[in-house]
Amino acid sequence: MSRTPKLDKKLISSILQQHKAGDASALVNVLHDLQAHLRYLPQEALEMAADHLGVSYAQMYGVATFYEGFHFKPRGEHVVTICMGTACHVRGAPRLLEQAERDLNVESGGTTKDLMFSLEQVNCVGACALGPLAIVDGTYKGSMTPAKLSNLLKKMHKKGKK
Amino acid sequence: MTVQFTIDGLEVKAKEGEHLLDVARRHGIDIPSLCHHEAVEPIGACRVCLVEVRSGQKTTITTSCNFLVEDGIEVHTDTAEVRKHRAMNLELLLARAPKSDVVRKLASASGVTRTRFEPLAYEPLPNCILCELCVRTCDMLGHHALTTVGRGDKKRIGLPFNKPSDNCVGCASCLSVCPTQCISVKDTPTQRAIWGQKHDFILCKVCGAPVITKKHRDFAISEKGLPEDYYDTCEKCKQSAASKRFASVVW
Ligand code: SF4
Ligand code: SF4
Ligand code: FES
Repeated sequence: MSRTPKLDKKLISSILQQHKAGDASALVNVLHDLQAHLRYLPQEALEMAADHLGVSYAQMYGVATFYEGFHFKPRGEHVVTICMGTACHVRGAPRLLEQAERDLNVESGGTTKDLMFSLEQVNCVGACALGPLAIVDGTYKGSMTPAKLSNLLKKMHKKGKK
Repeated sequence: MTVQFTIDGLEVKAKEGEHLLDVARRHGIDIPSLCHHEAVEPIGACRVCLVEVRSGQKTTITTSCNFLVEDGIEVHTDTAEVRKHRAMNLELLLARAPKSDVVRKLASASGVTRTRFEPLAYEPLPNCILCELCVRTCDMLGHHALTTVGRGDKKRIGLPFNKPSDNCVGCASCLSVCPTQCISVKDTPTQRAIWGQKHDFILCKVCGAPVITKKHRDFAISEKGLPEDYYDTCEKCKQSAASKRFASVVW
């Protein structure tokens, strides 16, 4: 089954309606809201947003690409982030990342074909005492080991397939 | 309101709100520039148009293209400081556009013939110096096809999602203002290829020469309310038709 998030134009419209039409200063907020709901910024959403705010689609895209935090390709339902900060690094974070890459069959920064997982790395989230650290859908999972991570991913995968 | 100041010792007058570079050029004082064009707002991107501005005790090195003139300032366009900073900026630009004749000429006029910096070229636009003249011009013409993409050393000029744009009418104005002429435009007698799209030309009903792209004609006619047949003949044939009409009246 493909998990490509179907583009829900109604949802996009309702997100846009929460912002004043023609108010270009809301541009970045609109981008955040769209991504929060859609998990990425598809072309159509940017086009509709540009129309709503009265800026050009090109400008909308230009601003969005200025920020690292916005994504332009569909992202996984679950986001697994491995902390690669110094403290996590010396406690084995690279092995966590390798394990996840192998289990999910995707490189760091990528998204699985079934759109269930996106795998990311980050340079220190400031929770060094918990390291090595994996962040799964925003929840910090400390003292992680490759085996524990592997188990967790398997469980999530099973659950997701149902 | 009028302001009065000096450029290289010359007393000049200007209107409040004018930019220094424009005023200098009007008075025959040349300041080199790459990202300035009369038709669009200056953004101070290339940093080549540097001048020294003295105001009271304060001396600053600043770009002149976007500097608003002030009463009583003393502007110097060719001091050692100006030359030093301009040379550095041109050395940086040379790393961006090693093959651009315009950049090379300006650089060598500043005594810069090679660069110590790593080249930072972006493949499809090999000598782009990110001056955004193309973007500003396309916007000003009402097309809004182009944008900067990304930032920092990954910044480049392009189209949203790197896909052919509905907004691009193939007018090639972006190329005509591009200081390094790095935008690829390929014309055949019937078609123009630009920004990943092919545009059919309207051909002159008299001589068959390309007049304008179809998409550009449609845009111009609907935006400017021109008559439907406005672009049916090329400028040359229009002129010769007009002079014939004129001759028939005179003789
Ligand atoms: S050719 Fe396209 S991108 Fe270039 S100025 Fe014209 S509309 Fe803009
Ligand atoms: S393509 Fe040309 S006009 Fe556009 S930013 Fe690059 S150098 Fe400037
Ligand atoms: S012309 Fe002034 S910064 Fe480019």
